[in-house]
Amino acid sequence: MLQFLALTAALALAYRPLGDYMARVYSSDKHLRVEKWIYKGIGADPDTEMRWPAYLRGVLAFSAVSVLFLYLLQRLQGSLPGSLGFKSIDPDQAFNTAASFVANTNWQSYYGEQAMGHVVQTGGLAVQNFLSAAVGIAVAIALVRGFARSRTGELGNFWSDLVRGTVRILVPISVLGAIVLVACGAIQNFSGIHAVGQFLGGSQEWNGGAVASQEVIKLLGTNGGGIFNANSAHPFENPDGFSNLFEVFLILVIPFAITRTFGRMVGSLRQGYAILATMVTIWAGFTALMMWTEFHHGAPAFDIAGGAMEGKETRFGIGGSAIFSVATTLTSTGAVNSFHSSNTGFGGGLNLLGMQLGEIAPGGVGSGLYGMLVMAIIAVFIAGLMVGRTPEYLGKKIGTREIKLAACYILITPALVLGFTAVSMALPTPKDSMLNSGAHGFSEILYAYTSGANNNGSAFAGLSADTNWFNTTIGLAMLLGRFLPMVFVLALAGSLAAQKPVPATAGTLRTEKPLFTGLLVGAIMIITGLTYFPALALGPLAEGLAS
Amino acid sequence: MTTDTEKSEEPGSMSTATPTRNPTRTPTPAPHQDVPGGHKDAGRVGGGLFDPRQLLKSLPDAVRKLDPRVMVKSPVMFVVLVGSVITTVLAVKDPGDWFGWAIAVWLWLTTIFANLAEAVAEGRGKAQADTLRKAKTDTVARRLNGTAEEQVPGTELRIGDLVVCEAGDVIPGDGDVVEGVASVDESAITGESAPVIRESGGDRSAVTGGTKVLSDRIVIKITTKPGETFIDRMINLVEGAARQKTPNEIALNILLASLTIVFLLAVVTLQPFAVYAGAEQSMIVLAALLVCLIPTTIGALLSAIGIAGMDRLVQRNVLAMSGRAVEAAGDVSTLLLDKTGTITLGNRQAAEFVPVRGTTEAELADAAQLSSLADETPEGRSVVVLAKEKYGLRERHQGELEGAEWVAFTAQTRMSGVDLVEGGTGRKVRKGAAGSVVAWVTENGGTVSEDTRTLTDTISQAGGTPLLVACEDARGARVLGVIHLKDVVKEGMRERFDELRRMGIKTVMITGDNPLTAKAIADEAGVDDFLAEATPEDKMALIKREQAGGKLVAMTGDGTNDAPALAQADVGVAMNTGTSAAKEAGNMVDLDSNPTKLIEIVEIGKQLLITRGALTTFSIANDVAKYFAIIPAMFAVVYPGLDKLNIMNLSSPESAILSAVVFNALIIVALVPLALKGVRYRPMSADRMLRRNLGIYGLGGLVAPFVGIKIIDLVISLVPGL
Repeated sequence: MLQFLALTAALALAYRPLGDYMARVYSSDKHLRVEKWIYKGIGADPDTEMRWPAYLRGVLAFSAVSVLFLYLLQRLQGSLPGSLGFKSIDPDQAFNTAASFVANTNWQSYYGEQAMGHVVQTGGLAVQNFLSAAVGIAVAIALVRGFARSRTGELGNFWSDLVRGTVRILVPISVLGAIVLVACGAIQNFSGIHAVGQFLGGSQEWNGGAVASQEVIKLLGTNGGGIFNANSAHPFENPDGFSNLFEVFLILVIPFAITRTFGRMVGSLRQGYAILATMVTIWAGFTALMMWTEFHHGAPAFDIAGGAMEGKETRFGIGGSAIFSVATTLTSTGAVNSFHSSNTGFGGGLNLLGMQLGEIAPGGVGSGLYGMLVMAIIAVFIAGLMVGRTPEYLGKKIGTREIKLAACYILITPALVLGFTAVSMALPTPKDSMLNSGAHGFSEILYAYTSGANNNGSAFAGLSADTNWFNTTIGLAMLLGRFLPMVFVLALAGSLAAQKPVPATAGTLRTEKPLFTGLLVGAIMIITGLTYFPALALGPLAEGLAS
Repeated sequence: MTTDTEKSEEPGSMSTATPTRNPTRTPTPAPHQDVPGGHKDAGRVGGGLFDPRQLLKSLPDAVRKLDPRVMVKSPVMFVVLVGSVITTVLAVKDPGDWFGWAIAVWLWLTTIFANLAEAVAEGRGKAQADTLRKAKTDTVARRLNGTAEEQVPGTELRIGDLVVCEAGDVIPGDGDVVEGVASVDESAITGESAPVIRESGGDRSAVTGGTKVLSDRIVIKITTKPGETFIDRMINLVEGAARQKTPNEIALNILLASLTIVFLLAVVTLQPFAVYAGAEQSMIVLAALLVCLIPTTIGALLSAIGIAGMDRLVQRNVLAMSGRAVEAAGDVSTLLLDKTGTITLGNRQAAEFVPVRGTTEAELADAAQLSSLADETPEGRSVVVLAKEKYGLRERHQGELEGAEWVAFTAQTRMSGVDLVEGGTGRKVRKGAAGSVVAWVTENGGTVSEDTRTLTDTISQAGGTPLLVACEDARGARVLGVIHLKDVVKEGMRERFDELRRMGIKTVMITGDNPLTAKAIADEAGVDDFLAEATPEDKMALIKREQAGGKLVAMTGDGTNDAPALAQADVGVAMNTGTSAAKEAGNMVDLDSNPTKLIEIVEIGKQLLITRGALTTFSIANDVAKYFAIIPAMFAVVYPGLDKLNIMNLSSPESAILSAVVFNALIIVALVPLALKGVRYRPMSADRMLRRNLGIYGLGGLVAPFVGIKIIDLVISLVPGL
């Protein structure tokens, strides 16, 4: 509880300066010297305004090149120096990993410390941690510009947004964050593999690595892919209770603060607060429920441990683990400091539901904001009619074209999650990867696709996902789940930017009021929640209600 | 109708520099304009009538609509239709399964109920169309060929043909009178039995096919092709044949379709999960689940809501040429209202007698009354009325005073009065426009005091019109005082505008008056803004300016020179008395020619949108309860823990599923009256409106099915043998 309050206070403190700073970054027309070099290097003109198809081409072309680069890097690992002697990665896993990191998912079907060397980790994966996050923010900013601008189809410049997001926002905060983490005891080196004698005899191998720096961006960019398989449960990544809280802070800071950026850019801070309030309501609600279910003493073993301690680190305890697991699944982070599979049935269900809501409270960097804005459009469309005007949001009419794009957006992830899960359940072999049987086994597969399609990247543990089938389908789910929505978001942004604004009158739905926040929470829970209710009933709910 | 409106506007005007104003800007008061007092209740948009017997009457139509080619237009209901067919096939294959039959029957009922809603909505229009058809009997037209007349069927008339109509003839097609003047019975269209005058030139030249000439002879130039006449379009409109989906309706349909796909996915993928869990579900149960989840309530009622919205307009004698216009009416944020006839009663009335120094009020009142007896204009009458009401002066009749010589009001002299002989001495009393009376006094050797000038100026500045009263007797010619003529604002207008303001709608008064007068009336009526000395170009410019700011503008108009503005406005309501150019340009026609109705049109537009939103919210909120009914019923067998979700404590799995399906079907019928009548609407701010509707239809939508399903379950469990 205390941890939660401290976390909230820290986030509140960072909200204003960071949000305003980001708004300035994306609104200024000056370029830093470093940025000019980069533009020259990639041959981009940062001052041309792009319409949505051009912006989208930028996003897709850049991401395609990134996937290819990351794929080749892994395939060639065996012949590259600085690889700790690890072999090249198999094609299916290399595809999966490349897709995963470019899609800001960071689903890992490999054991970090046993497969990836320094070059791939730091030169490939960590770089994508920055860039995929910057792409997400760029798309969100383009949508915000769609609301802010009128009578133009122009959404800004993708290359400039990408570079600025990386150079001015992600890199500086990461540097600061890494210093804090190193001070806490996270490691930062390029040493080789240490063979360490074990306490009870036998030996163990420990890697070094640029852990602190990658840890920071993995969280800050809501990526989630750690160097170690144990992810943020590993002491090298997350040494103690304070670093744990700091890591949660890193996960949440940009997704929350970007609502202020949004408010600034559309010229009404209160609109930003309304979106923030919606995110906070869901986030606080989920955290409370998670705490309740994890501390709940349902069985004798729980009485002894003080709650559901299995799969959790004693360094963090139940509270620290619950806060982390909610934050990581409500954002697209997917880093874990405990095993979600070992959460109670309800706890696992909350993790699943958090992702299934589309990771919008507060969501991934950028993607959380645009996901939430699309939901706001849907909510405005359904309930906005009840004030007796055709729906409008932020002075833009929600007409046929807008609702078509928003509807396509909300269709994608359910289609991917439920579709792939259903096929996996129907086919004879994929089920062999389950570690558990019954409802829990089903949850493992449901979780895998939910995590992939929503670009979360966390795993329920238990599922052996390094098979051809899972590597390929989850890889596809990640790519489609990341980039198809972006297509619709950018088209939506273009369509909004071309409109002329409708002035607000006393007859206009006030989207900055608490009533709207309540409505939005309701719409999110009912529309996305109900989509997954039958599936959840057969997985975590069946498990949770059994006790 | 034939009152010279020109005259009634003019007689008192002091500044007589431009006496000829464009006559078209003065809307003719409608023959049966609403009484201002009665407007409050009658005008508020409420329900049309709904008779349960209509349901029964429309049943055959509802069954006819089961045609898949018709059904496919509503994706939600098409899915239900497919579900009905599948469950029926399965029930036939396993005839012993009462559950399968029950589900199949109720799915069919769901489909039929949806069609019923639409059929009932359309049925109301059909009755109106039948009445109209009666008017559209095949007529024989007397076409002019050069100077010769020939008899041709009305259907063979072409645009530009000239036809002759005399007393007793039915006008064969829409057109403009190019020669003559006639009284015409338009009751076939307007329902109003008092005849109206149609004459060549000016703004009352348009005649409508199917109406009947009662007197005189007119020559009409045909302006529309047969089959496209006003009456044809009316029939199409009220029958719904010409109905096209409106933009918002299309958008809503897309959203509903995508929700249907989402739930289709959820249900289709459920089967492999269920198989894994060891609880494979029958197709019947899955079809039942799907139908319960997809937004059938709004899917079923959506088109009925749209038709009923148009119908509510028709009931108020307004014809919307497109549903788009009705929707736009809800979005309007600026209303342009003509002053005369809309905001004011249309005629200035005497409000006060102000004597000059040396005269008493009673003296003035007496003289004013005397001099007005020969003035039959509304202004003149109002002077007599004021003298009676305020000063207790009995109305005298012209015959009472012997030897009196009456001077009647004419537009030329702009004065009225009387010459009396009282006790041997002559006394002349005059009343009229300031300029004329001043001239008269001077002519008769009197002088006009400075006092008079001050008084008239004060009244002018207050927006009133001063009329002077003067007399000439033994004491010479002199001005006695001033009559203050005021535009009388209709009762209740201020409240109406306050309401509009709360709804976020700005009102702009359009008038030909000078800015001073306009401002005074604008202040009194409580409009937000005014456009004085307005020309059609000014109006057009104002509309464009408002639209450039993203606002939607509504206006009324009747003259040919209003046509461009009517076309430019988002909602342009043409008066039926207006020219055919105006009627072509607007997207609505008010058969009553009552400009105040614009406000009601806006309210109906809003009501339509609110009803749509309310039922959508209700429909989606319903799903929560249905899950709680069906999911435990499906899976409690394999996961007993899920029975804890059965919070309604439904008696058996079959009964739970069936109850949800039955509720889903019955709620459609239960909501048909609401869809047809529209959600009750009161003007209030968006915030309050949202809170209210969200409370009723959002929370209500969450709770109602829990109660409903439980009750149905109780009933089902009472059926023996189940």
